[in-house]
Amino acid sequence: MEKSVVFKGKLLPYLLLAPQLAITLIFFYWPASQAIRQSFLQEDAFGLNSEFVGLENYQALFAQPEYYTAIGTTVVFSSLVTVLSLGVALLFATQADKNLKGGAVYKTLMVWPYAVAPAVAGVLWFFIFHPTLGTLARPLRVMGVDWNPMLNGTHAMILVVMAAVWKQVAYNFLFFLAGLQAIPKSVIEAGAIDGAGPLRRFWTIIFPLLSPTTFFLLVVNIVYVFFETFGIIDAVTSGGPAGSTTTMVYKVFADGRLGGDLGGSAAQSVVLMVIVIALTAIQFRYVERKVQY
Amino acid sequence: MANVTLRNVRKIYPGGFEAIKGIDVEVGDGQFCVLVGPSGCGKSTLLRMVAGLETVSSGEIDIGGRIVNAIEPADRDIAMVFQNYALYPHMSVYNNMAYGLRNRRVPENEIKTRVEDAARILELGTMLQRKPRQLSGGQRQRVAMGRAIVRQPKVFLFDEPLSNLDAKLRIAMRVEIRKLQRRLNTTAIYVTHDQLEAMTLADILVVMNGGRVEQIGNPLEIYQKPATTFVASFIGAPPMNLMPIDAVRAQLHGADAVPAEAGQLGIRPEDFELGDTVPTGGIGLDLRVDAIEHVGAETYVYGARQEVGQNDSLTATANDVIVRLPGTAAPDIGTRIRAVAPRSRLHLFSADGRQRLAV
Repeated sequence: MEKSVVFKGKLLPYLLLAPQLAITLIFFYWPASQAIRQSFLQEDAFGLNSEFVGLENYQALFAQPEYYTAIGTTVVFSSLVTVLSLGVALLFATQADKNLKGGAVYKTLMVWPYAVAPAVAGVLWFFIFHPTLGTLARPLRVMGVDWNPMLNGTHAMILVVMAAVWKQVAYNFLFFLAGLQAIPKSVIEAGAIDGAGPLRRFWTIIFPLLSPTTFFLLVVNIVYVFFETFGIIDAVTSGGPAGSTTTMVYKVFADGRLGGDLGGSAAQSVVLMVIVIALTAIQFRYVERKVQY
Repeated sequence: MANVTLRNVRKIYPGGFEAIKGIDVEVGDGQFCVLVGPSGCGKSTLLRMVAGLETVSSGEIDIGGRIVNAIEPADRDIAMVFQNYALYPHMSVYNNMAYGLRNRRVPENEIKTRVEDAARILELGTMLQRKPRQLSGGQRQRVAMGRAIVRQPKVFLFDEPLSNLDAKLRIAMRVEIRKLQRRLNTTAIYVTHDQLEAMTLADILVVMNGGRVEQIGNPLEIYQKPATTFVASFIGAPPMNLMPIDAVRAQLHGADAVPAEAGQLGIRPEDFELGDTVPTGGIGLDLRVDAIEHVGAETYVYGARQEVGQNDSLTATANDVIVRLPGTAAPDIGTRIRAVAPRSRLHLFSADGRQRLAV
């Protein structure tokens, strides 16, 4: 039986909650509601007047072929980044979990990329793979690859995916490593005695026991690719060439900030918000059932 | 079914620490061998070396006539029960037991028969679909046992399997483990720090201390003739009373017959009785009663040895002597008693305690 203490005063609990509620209201609900309001308005070119246009912004948006291209790009980009960053992080974490000389140094170094700001990470990758200046672009050319992310859409996509993955692996690595260390050693030893080789042990024991961590990271990573990769894309390709790396979130910025279409941009961000809410809800509903807690 | 033989087995860790300092043990087919010793004596390390979870630095481990030093745990044909049970938390009881068989590609219908047989023996029949977290400690222990027996291995290895259970369940499971092992007639090696568990389970008892074997033998033989003072004080509860022979020379009848190299004298608490006359060749100690423990059937008296000093006054010495008396006896604290023991009940050891001498 759990005993809960009930306070008589109503004021104190609200006061204690107030800072958190204020932050949520000011920085989340207010901008979100502004975006929704804005999506029904059309602004003049100088931002002096705005007029209610109903669903016109949405109609215009869904009539745009570029928008469907952006959705496609987002699907490709987000699946690649999520799968690669989780996969690579899991591989690194399983290796780091072994007792190795210099393991602590390795673990520390693994975490550093996370401390690099997305835009800075983007600039680093931009220079490393710059077709004429890049230190790694040259060897690629020497090997006969006609590397040019500034003209070739596929190359540009590869580059932003690598940058985004590189940035996120550190974070995923930390959580996977913590998850691995929480698995009792004796359970794995029992598996070894029970005749399961390392690979089979991984898939039948370690991976299922890691599933709460994996699930958590899946949600966090999807939100990451949808929103936080903006800085990387902006620094590396600015959505180009020819819109080949314009994801939905980058298009919000491009249309609103660069194109001046605030209403259309707001409509896009509402669509994006709905998609992320829906994805998260689906994950919690269906994926969580298979998770072993 | 297999013999297990350890030949001069050593374990040296990379840091240079020698955890196992050369051990020779031979466990016959179907025998129950118990490794007992205080924490840190290397008993678990030794068991893990037999299991293949620790490498062997030197020496040989032989299971059923095959040197297994370089063989993977999975291929040694052993099954192990861990202290924390190490059940797979995401698998049902059935799958926990079936896992090892599936890895060995046993046909599914045979797995079913074996698991159900094991579940019947261990009274787990109604829990096969449950997850480990839905079971009590005792039931988890049974599942761990079940996982070992379905494999029908050559050797069972137990690493303190009962230490997470409460006292009552521990005794019940102890009896069951012994019955099960007899019934299956499988060689077993069992690690414990509990000397009572060791005494009751073992066919062969191996007493370990500091990475070495102190004594190997039949439990009763070890109890009756401990080879060193360590074994004397480790096996038996309360422990054997040990005292320097010079301190009790005056109380020892026929002290002249004691070998010159003898340094320590041992007497088990239950070998004392109260009385005035010292039996020929025996010992009579004057004790001041300091504390009393009533445990029902018997009473333990903690007494301070008294020595007749100058002008006949008695001075208490530091060492406690424990005397076991019948449950009805209850001397008052502070009173003087005389505890006597016959010659045949005395144990003599060399001064360093490493060697047992004939009385």
